[in-house]
Amino acid sequence: MIAQNIGFWIIAIVMIGAALRVVTTNNVVHAALWLVVVLAGAAAQYILLAAEFVAVTQVLVYIGAVMVLFLFGTMLTRARIGAESDLNNSYKKLGIPVGLVMLVAMGLALTDSFGDEKLPESAKVVSTQEISDQIFGPYLLPFWALSFVLLAAVVGAIVLARKD
Amino acid sequence: MIALLAEVPYWGQSLLRVLGGLVAVLLPAGTIVYVFLFKMMSFMQSRLGPMEAGPYGSMQLFAEVGKWLQKEDIVPDRADSRIFKMAPIIVLVSTFLLVVVVPFGPEAWFTDFETGVFYALAVSSVSVLGILIAGWSSANKYSLLGGLRAAGQLIAYELPMVLAVMGVVIQAGTMNLQKIVVAQNTGSMFGIDAIGHPYVISQFFGFIIFMIAIQAELTQAPFDMPIAESELVSGYMTEYSGFRFLIFFIGEFATAGVFAMIASVLFLGGWGVPFTWFGWNSIDDVANWMNIVGPLIMFTKMMLLVFVIMWIRFSYPRLREDQLQRFAWKGLIPVALVNIMVTAILKVVF
Repeated sequence: MIAQNIGFWIIAIVMIGAALRVVTTNNVVHAALWLVVVLAGAAAQYILLAAEFVAVTQVLVYIGAVMVLFLFGTMLTRARIGAESDLNNSYKKLGIPVGLVMLVAMGLALTDSFGDEKLPESAKVVSTQEISDQIFGPYLLPFWALSFVLLAAVVGAIVLARKD
Repeated sequence: MIALLAEVPYWGQSLLRVLGGLVAVLLPAGTIVYVFLFKMMSFMQSRLGPMEAGPYGSMQLFAEVGKWLQKEDIVPDRADSRIFKMAPIIVLVSTFLLVVVVPFGPEAWFTDFETGVFYALAVSSVSVLGILIAGWSSANKYSLLGGLRAAGQLIAYELPMVLAVMGVVIQAGTMNLQKIVVAQNTGSMFGIDAIGHPYVISQFFGFIIFMIAIQAELTQAPFDMPIAESELVSGYMTEYSGFRFLIFFIGEFATAGVFAMIASVLFLGGWGVPFTWFGWNSIDDVANWMNIVGPLIMFTKMMLLVFVIMWIRFSYPRLREDQLQRFAWKGLIPVALVNIMVTAILKVVF
């Protein structure tokens, strides 16, 4: 077992524990902070895979922007200190099976397509230039389409938020 | 330096790196507090400032730290105590993570990160999290308002900061801070290479936007609404006392130092001197003594930039909250976008 494997398992166990706390904790802000731990764990896993750029993007987008906005919104509207009793509701019975089905489906999809592949012994750091060459070369059209989706979401948010 | 380090075992190297990181963060922070906060502000206000502790009051800082450390660590009764205690540490840790990518000499760096600029911007945004939960967990409406103001301000000014850096990245053709330093010191302007090519000249608008944005990111006046003492007591720091307040305080000035270092790397040529002065062609030719002189050059440039930040801080009154947001979204961001466009066009043309 090499050092990266040990690192993977430690981070993975922390991530699973934190993910469970996200859904079991009785406070919205605590749940958001546990989610930060999960997302930071994902960034750490990317670094173990020698994908620096993706890891940094994960930190910038998810921890620096998404979670901050999430906390910002929660604190503006409802952010009581201490436990809240109405956070767990009966959707739990539906949520757990759906989560399990998702887990099985994604696990099957991953093992089916990459099950026999082995990572190279010495992981090569993918340079940012290679990534940008890919994004602005063969993947340019999906990249543009994605930005239109985001633009549509922004416009939709403004329409919903307008009072008149 | 690398040759020296190679003989040290891995745990020794790690220990040296941690010690180096502590020096690189705490030494500038202490110097900034003494020189600018204690002395420069006093002189600008026609008073002497601290004079009793040590010659010319130079030991005042140790007295202050001692005072804070022995104060009681108070957590408000209704606060969320675990998160309340965690928040200042998140802020300080993000500063320490930030200094990791700053190069101090040809071989005097902590890590030669290929996406250094990007990493620095990502890590600096983590401190918002600490400030936000500090405001929330204090169970105090002034704290919460301060935290929310801080979050809104930091998000708004992160955009012009990122966009201003883009111009430099386009011009240097790399996101590696070390390579940006080399590009500036080996470059030439109109065939003249006497002072290299510091990007403060060709990216002048980027530099101005970057300095305004870091002034706001550091919540220094005129952008200090999150801790506006006449409105919010002390914002998100209201309930903090003793060493937890000290951590916030160190974090504020250490981050000022680190941001000034990053600005000097991006725009002023960092640790380097123009390579033609000594006939160096590339980074491999740079003499070994630059590992000692380089950090000193960096320190000088950092002090110069922090001087500007503090000068503005002590001179201007506070903006209003809506003026602040309007200035970022309607002023800085459009100018920064135009700057990127012009830089990209010129880069392709020449």
